[in-house]
Amino acid sequence: MVKVTIDGTEIEVEPGITVLQACEQAGVEIPRFCYHDRLSIAGNCRMCLVEVAPGPPKPAASCAMPVGEGMEVKTDSEMVRKARRGVMEMLLINHPLDCPICDQGGECDLQDQALYYGLDRSRFEENKRAVPDKDFGPLIKTEMTRCIHCTRCIRFATEIAGVEELGATGRGEDMEIVTYVGKAITSEMSGNMIDLCPVGALTSKPFAFTARSWELRNAESVDVLDAVGSNIRVDTLGAEVKRILPRLNEDVNEEWISDKTRFAYDGLMRQRLDRPYVRRDGKLTAASWDDAFAAIAGRIKGLEPTAVAAIAGDLADCESMAALKDLMAALGSPHIDCRQDGAKIGGDARAAWLFNSTIAGIDTADACLIIGANPRMEAAIINTRLRGRWTGGGFPIGVIGEDADLTYPTTHLGPGPETLSAVAEGGDDFCARLEDAERPMVILGSGAVAREDGAAVLAAARAVAERFGCVGDDWNGFNLLQRAASRVGGLELGFLPGDGGRDVAGILAGACSGEIGLVWLLGADEIDMTGLGDALVVYQGHHGDAGANRADVILPGAAYTEKNATYVNTEGRVQRARAAHFPPGEAKEDWAIIRAFSAACGKTLPYDSLDALRARILEANPGFGEPGTIVPAPWAEFGVAGDMDPAPFASPIDNFYMTDPISRASVTMARCTEMLAGGGENTGTDG
Amino acid sequence: MLADKDRIFTNLYGFEDWGLNGARARGDWDGTKAIMAKGAAWIIEEIKESGLRGRGGAGFPAGMKWSFMPQESKDGRPNYLVINADEGEPGTCKDRDMMRNDPHKLVEGALLASFAMNAHVCYIYIRGEFYREASNLQAAIDQAYAAGLIGPNACGSGFDFDLYLHRGAGAYICGEETALLESLEGKKGQPRLKPPFPAAAGLYGCPTTVNNVETIAVVPAILRRGAAWFAGLGRPNNTGTKVFCISGHVEEPCNVEEEMGIPLKELLEKHAGGVRGGWDNLLAVIPGGSSVPLIPKSICETVHMDFDALIEVKSGLGTAAVIVMDKSTDIIAAIARLSKFYMHESCGQCTPCREGTGWMWRVMERLVQGRAEISEIDMLLEVTTEIEGHTICALGDAAAWPIQGLIRHFRPEIEKRIESTRAANGGRAA
Repeated sequence: MVKVTIDGTEIEVEPGITVLQACEQAGVEIPRFCYHDRLSIAGNCRMCLVEVAPGPPKPAASCAMPVGEGMEVKTDSEMVRKARRGVMEMLLINHPLDCPICDQGGECDLQDQALYYGLDRSRFEENKRAVPDKDFGPLIKTEMTRCIHCTRCIRFATEIAGVEELGATGRGEDMEIVTYVGKAITSEMSGNMIDLCPVGALTSKPFAFTARSWELRNAESVDVLDAVGSNIRVDTLGAEVKRILPRLNEDVNEEWISDKTRFAYDGLMRQRLDRPYVRRDGKLTAASWDDAFAAIAGRIKGLEPTAVAAIAGDLADCESMAALKDLMAALGSPHIDCRQDGAKIGGDARAAWLFNSTIAGIDTADACLIIGANPRMEAAIINTRLRGRWTGGGFPIGVIGEDADLTYPTTHLGPGPETLSAVAEGGDDFCARLEDAERPMVILGSGAVAREDGAAVLAAARAVAERFGCVGDDWNGFNLLQRAASRVGGLELGFLPGDGGRDVAGILAGACSGEIGLVWLLGADEIDMTGLGDALVVYQGHHGDAGANRADVILPGAAYTEKNATYVNTEGRVQRARAAHFPPGEAKEDWAIIRAFSAACGKTLPYDSLDALRARILEANPGFGEPGTIVPAPWAEFGVAGDMDPAPFASPIDNFYMTDPISRASVTMARCTEMLAGGGENTGTDG
Repeated sequence: MLADKDRIFTNLYGFEDWGLNGARARGDWDGTKAIMAKGAAWIIEEIKESGLRGRGGAGFPAGMKWSFMPQESKDGRPNYLVINADEGEPGTCKDRDMMRNDPHKLVEGALLASFAMNAHVCYIYIRGEFYREASNLQAAIDQAYAAGLIGPNACGSGFDFDLYLHRGAGAYICGEETALLESLEGKKGQPRLKPPFPAAAGLYGCPTTVNNVETIAVVPAILRRGAAWFAGLGRPNNTGTKVFCISGHVEEPCNVEEEMGIPLKELLEKHAGGVRGGWDNLLAVIPGGSSVPLIPKSICETVHMDFDALIEVKSGLGTAAVIVMDKSTDIIAAIARLSKFYMHESCGQCTPCREGTGWMWRVMERLVQGRAEISEIDMLLEVTTEIEGHTICALGDAAAWPIQGLIRHFRPEIEKRIESTRAANGGRAA
């Protein structure tokens, strides 16, 4: 430990930290713009100047100065006050005074610090600088005249996002932040630059001029557009979601979220199912809740119990899946499944379908083998974590499957199962890297286990994990990377075929052959709707997507921002979403719909509040931890060893921006898709 | 006055052959192997004793700088010597003549300095505009390679040494040592934060010493003739010879090698033919390249040209580029032009310099025309102090000092300009 004196108070700090960090530990706030604790140190804003003794008789940038034994730091001396006033004056001379029309207003670092450290008037009599705006693509709005050249955006893009697309051109006061060259930013993490920008130079394009930050109500929630379960804050104005921001959670998303998480929210306002519908004479017509329930109950009455089936979709919450499972049990049907893609996972061996190392565990791993997954597309946050670990060095990453650009260098071992078998037998050059590692990890893609030979792939991946010591007493490096927010929750709840029950393929086959007469789709949109035959299809969900299009009865549910609900992320972490606003029209929370229908069909479920339902879930499912926690999975036997199809592994996602009913309904995501199709070559002269 | 026998740069004017044969005739490459045989520690000690201070402007003791370099690599990182030949300081043209007319002094110095610091690779970063200098220097390097003077087993000493010439692209800031390293690495030329200093983490993160051309070029002469000889020239703590670049309103502008600490008046009158129109026509002198504060005639009368003497009069020796201005000079316009230069050359990385250099230039332009309030003189002075000492590199200081010098010595001139403009405008501020 090192002793330093800060404003007369002596404290002990870790050696190697900076003066700024030491000041923070001493409870002394240092103003800053360019410094960010997750980015490299630039030291260019000069706002954090402090007086340091011993040292030259001039202020030092505390963000870049390492602490030394016996150092004396003054943060409130005349020298420091003068330096801060001076830097603040310099920052403001060319910064426009357009706070009233700036979207950063109210949450602007420059505004706040000018209040505390600035002068109350300007001595600058000359003309202010104006800088042409840039086209950064459909997500980030630029107002480059406001830029204070802190380079946080450049450093984020280069270091965290892993795309070297931003840089500075020009010198002196002509320096400008630009993309290379005039193109849109093609990172799926780009929205974080908006949060990082300390001024209003980079703001959210979709949010532009739609609300002032202080008018918004916010709710702390979780994201469901992938299986990461990023912690988010949902900002609403009236009945509309105006924006989504990340919430700090070091174990999950740190302080980042992907662009889909951040920007797909406009999809919540489009294609919504806001009232029940019943198909009459081949056309969906608006109906009352009673009519809709009567239509379903009437059909069930005429069917054998085993002619009823239910499929849970990728956005379903745990409460509604539990209620639907109970309903199907009450009706006497074993035909339930939550695996729309037909993944060959489930059962008691939880380790088979969890991200066992945990996301934070990536930081401690020392080698990685990715099998049939594209984490950049399937879980951008986890990909960023992998990149962060790679940046730290000593982290070789091998890939079996598509040789995609993951923003960090990888060793491509081969395209498919043949390579996987070779690795399992130790016959690949990369094996030595895995053998050398103390905490190696394997990441198996959800697409790889959804193949016909998924069980064999799972077994082969397990063999690799065993062979290279991925599983030990204090380390489980076997990971299945899920991409559906509902999946782990569904598997934990056992939303799987019961005795003699059919899986998704079986349900579809039964519907075609007439053995299944009613299929309840709980937000299931990713199955082949033509395979549902003549069955009566109940679609319970929030968006008019594929499922609603085929449905005979539509029960309007609530989207993830509109309900208090539980989700379990790919790690098995139980997390709660909170309602930020009400569902539109007559739509209801999903568990309540199922509960209401159970009464309408005479099979009343034994709970009438969310708390009672949650208590029942906890009672029935030991895998469910307290919110925020993970119940670790013991290592077990899983998978079925067998022949694998030599066809290469393919990523189930070809368009990151459109993977679910919400993002498919989003205009912003459509614009991103368009940009991608155009190769990101939006130039300043476009449109 | 420096005796001819003590002159180091004997072909500064290019009257003789600049190539290897000419250089050998002038004594270069004589007994280099024997010097190296005395060992790296001996060389560093000799340079320390000679009192050689860096010739790039800051005047840091060269021997001490070299001794910061790790002699043994503990982690496998190599040492580098980088020679700063990005001579861009307005008024300065000494390195240019050395490289064009006497390049072997630099090549030999590079070998000896690198040997002293255990650097097997040395880079010379030369200003992009120096075409003839780069081609001569490259030719000299090629000749030295061909003669076995550098390369594997340089001079038969058993020391392997490679020397590379890298041409810059014309940014003044790349003459700042860490911006130079960034540029050499292929990045945008912007100064780095210090610490870490280059001796700890410089080029490609390896221990690096950056020295000016003149510093390195005088090394062979010091080692050959002895530290005592060099230390015997000049004044205490300001030893040796120095190449002065005299430009501006003198009869014969020139580069000249002289003893450190020569009186300014003597320097101008002996070598540059005196001030145009006579000594009494002198207005002011910028004694060390554009970034040091000017000194008025009254100080010029007595000041000695060395680091410490010029610091005493609140100026600096800098690169020893003496810019002479006679009474025909609009001194406000002259300094305003320098302000424009620093605005143009600010890299834009850190706030005070990026924003402040433009502000200062704009105010200076108004002062030239007298379109200002008297109170703005003090405001400008305060702005210079908001920049000075608050930036990552010294360019902020360099931009502030000329203006501080102007206000320090010519405030009445500025006030007069404002008042006469006001008078011409009917008593109103223009």
